[in-house]
Amino acid sequence: MLTETMSTAATIETKPQPPPAEKIKVKVDGKEVAVPKTTPDPVTGKPLPTSMIQACAAANVIVPHYCYHPKLPVAGSCRMCLVEFGTPAIGPDRKPIVNPDGTTKISRALRPVIACATPVSPGMEIYTNTPAVRLMREGVLEFLLINHPLDCPICDQAGECKLQEYSVDYGNSESRFVEAKVHKPKRVELGPRIVLDDERCILCSRCIRFTRDVAGDDALGFVNRGSHSTLTAYPGRAFDNNYTLNTVDICPVGALTSKDFRFRMRVWFLKETRSLCTSCATGCNIVIGSREDAIYRYEPRENDAVNSCWMCDHGRLNYKWIGREDRLVEVRKREAEGRGQASGSRSAAPTWSAVLGEISQKLKAAEPGSIAIVASARQTNEELHLLAKLAKRLGALTDSVPRIAAGDKLLLNADRNPNSTGARLTGIAADPMGSNLPAIAGGIRSGRIKTLIVFGEDATKCGIDADLLDKLELLIASDILPNATTRRAHYLLPGCAHAEKRGTFTNTKGRVQKFLKAVEPRGDARPEWEYLHELLVNVTSRDGIASIEGVFNEMAKEVPAFSGLTWATLGDTGISAKI
Amino acid sequence: MIIKRKKLSLWERLYLPAMLGGFKVTVRHFFKKKVTMQYPEERWVVPEGYRGAPYLVKDQEGRTKCVSCQLCEFVCPPKAIRITPPGPTGVPGAGNVEKAPAEFEINMLRCIFCGFCQEVCPEEAIFLMQDYSLTGTGRDGMIYDKDKLLALGGVHNDQTRKWNRKAEEARAQGVKP
Ligand code: SF4
Ligand code: SF4
Ligand code: FES
Repeated sequence: MLTETMSTAATIETKPQPPPAEKIKVKVDGKEVAVPKTTPDPVTGKPLPTSMIQACAAANVIVPHYCYHPKLPVAGSCRMCLVEFGTPAIGPDRKPIVNPDGTTKISRALRPVIACATPVSPGMEIYTNTPAVRLMREGVLEFLLINHPLDCPICDQAGECKLQEYSVDYGNSESRFVEAKVHKPKRVELGPRIVLDDERCILCSRCIRFTRDVAGDDALGFVNRGSHSTLTAYPGRAFDNNYTLNTVDICPVGALTSKDFRFRMRVWFLKETRSLCTSCATGCNIVIGSREDAIYRYEPRENDAVNSCWMCDHGRLNYKWIGREDRLVEVRKREAEGRGQASGSRSAAPTWSAVLGEISQKLKAAEPGSIAIVASARQTNEELHLLAKLAKRLGALTDSVPRIAAGDKLLLNADRNPNSTGARLTGIAADPMGSNLPAIAGGIRSGRIKTLIVFGEDATKCGIDADLLDKLELLIASDILPNATTRRAHYLLPGCAHAEKRGTFTNTKGRVQKFLKAVEPRGDARPEWEYLHELLVNVTSRDGIASIEGVFNEMAKEVPAFSGLTWATLGDTGISAKI
Repeated sequence: MIIKRKKLSLWERLYLPAMLGGFKVTVRHFFKKKVTMQYPEERWVVPEGYRGAPYLVKDQEGRTKCVSCQLCEFVCPPKAIRITPPGPTGVPGAGNVEKAPAEFEINMLRCIFCGFCQEVCPEEAIFLMQDYSLTGTGRDGMIYDKDKLLALGGVHNDQTRKWNRKAEEARAQGVKP
C-alpha cells in the first residue's frame, strides 16, 4: 500500500523532460544570449514559446514584475514588466537589412510590450532600461498605489514587499491622488490558515492561478469590476487545501497573510537558515526564519528536483514542538534495580562524559546477541550510519519505526519519516521497515535481549510495552521530547531537533540533501551524531573524525549508495544517490 | 623610535612664573558671576528640542500610538529597545489599527538619547522628552516597560489622526473599517 501511494505522489522531478529545443539568439540591453525557442510550461510541461522575461533572466537582467511567476501560467495583467524592443528590419527581398557597418539593422517597435507574455524571435533586441520604460514603471506604480492603504507599519509583508521595493526603485516619492480611496474588506478569514486584506491586493491573480493550476483546488476568484475588484473564495467554500500558505509566499504584497505568523515578528529580524522539512519523506527544501533561538516560520526554498517553490501547510506549521517547554534538556541517569527504583531516583547531575563512559563500558561487557537497537527514520543519515556501525560491532538486532499516514498527489508523502531511505541504505532498518520490532519484543520477553537502545522513538508505541521495558537490564534512550520510554530509561541522552544541528536526509527518491543549524540546542542537549560518534570511538577504541563533514564523508565511503558524495558537493539542493 | 626629551629653558625651569599664570586664572574667575548650579536642589531649564529619554505617547482618545512595527527596535544603535509584538490575534478592539505592542521595553542604561527611534517612527508614537537624569536602584529598574513609558510620555496632540480619517472614509463607503 505504501509503495502505491508513493508512486502516485508526483513531484516535479517525474515530469517528462522535453527534448532540448533549438536555440535562438536575442540581445538583452546589448548583451547577446542564446535561449531555447520553447520552454516547458511550468504546470503542464507543454512546450511554450520562450518569453522575453525568460530571455532577460537568462541574461541576468531582472525585469520588475508582479503577476508573472516562473512556476505559474502567465496572466499578463499587472503591466509592470513593460519593456521596449526591436526586431531585425526586413528589406523588400525578405532578407534582413544590413547596416553599412555590417550589423543587422534593427527596427524599434513603436509601442512597448509586456515581457512576461511576449515570445522572443531570432535577432530580437530587448531594452529594459530606457527612459520610456522607467516612466512606464513609474506610471504603473502610481496606478497600483491609488487605492493602496499604505499601512506598511501594520503590514506583515513590510520588508519583503515588492510594492515597497519597486516603489523605492521606480516610484514617486509623493502621491498626487487627493480623492478618497476605494475601501474594501479587511481582515477577511479566507480559510483556516489565511487572513486576507483586500485593500492591499494588487489583483495580480497569482494566488488564483496557484490554487487552480498547481494545488488543483479552484477556490479563489475576483468579484466586482474596475477599482472595486475584490479577491474572494467562492461563496460557501473555505480556502482550506493543504497548500494554501504558498499563496502567502507568492502574494507580492501583504494581502494574503499567514494566520500563524501574523503579527509575530517583523521579517527583517529573522535569520534565514537553509534547512529541510521533516514532516514527510519528500524532503521539501525550506528556509527557517529564526530570531534569538526562537523559530518563527518555515518557508519553502526552490529546488526543482524536489519541491519546486512549494511546500504543504502540514509541514510548514509543524515546527512548534522545537520550542516546547518540556524539551529534554539534561543528561539523566536512573539507578537500576534496588534502591528507590520505583520513584526513578536520580544520582547527582551526571555529566555527558561520565555517562558516555559508563554506557560504553556496559556495552563492551554485554554478551553478543543481548543488545537491540530501535532507531528512528527521523534521524539523519550520519546518525543512522553511526548507529548501524555500533550495531554491527555489538552484534545487535536493529530496526526503525515506520510512520504511515495519508499522502496526497502533490508533495505530501504517505511515508511521514523524513529519512526512511536513509534508514534502509545505512542498513539500520529491517526490510520491510518495522518487521524486526516483534522479534525485539519477543527477545526481551524471553530474556535473551537484556539491553535496548532507543533513538528518537517511543518503544511502547511500537509493540515493546512498558512491562517489557521494565524487564530490561539496561535501557538507553535518546530523544527530544519526553515519552513513556524516556521516563523508563536508565540513561537518558537529550538530543537535538534538526534545526539545532547539521546533517543530511535521503528523501523518498534517494536525493541526499543537507540541512544547516538555525538555533542553539536547549540546555545540555547535544547533536546525536556527536555522542554516537563518541560512543563508537569508545566501544571500538579507534580514533575518529569528530566533525559532521568527516562523518558524512566517511559514510559516503562505506555505504555503497552514497559512494562518490562528499559534504561539500551536496551543495544547497542535494544530489540524487544511486538507490 | 627614540624621542629626545627636550631640555627645559631657564624660564620654564624657574617654575614660579607658570604658577603665577595659573593663579591669575583662578583669581579672575573668583570675582566673576558664579556658574555652578546647586544640583539637584537647583535645576537647569531644559531648552526646547532637547533630546532626553524616549517615552511612548497616547493619542487624544487614549490609544497607544505605537503599532509595534519594530522599526525603532531595528534602528536603535545600542539595541536598547525590545518590543513584543501582539501575535496572531492582534489587539481586540483596536479597530482598523489592528496592532499594538504586547510589551515595549527600553533599557535606559543602554539608550544613548540619539533620537533615531523618534526619527524612524512612522506613527509619531515615541518622542525624546526632557528627562535627562534617570536614576534607579538596580539594573532591572532601569528597564522601563510599556506602562511606565506610556505614563511618562503622556498624550500627543496629533493633528493628522490618519487611522480615524481612514475609518471614516471607509464607513462613508459602507465598508467596515
Ligand atoms: S491576494 Fe496577493 S496574490 Fe492574490 S491577487 Fe491579490 S496581490 Fe495577487
Ligand atoms: S534614543 Fe537612540 S538609543 Fe535611545 S532608544 Fe531611541 S534609538 Fe535607542
Ligand atoms: S508581470 Fe508581465 S504583466 Fe504582470
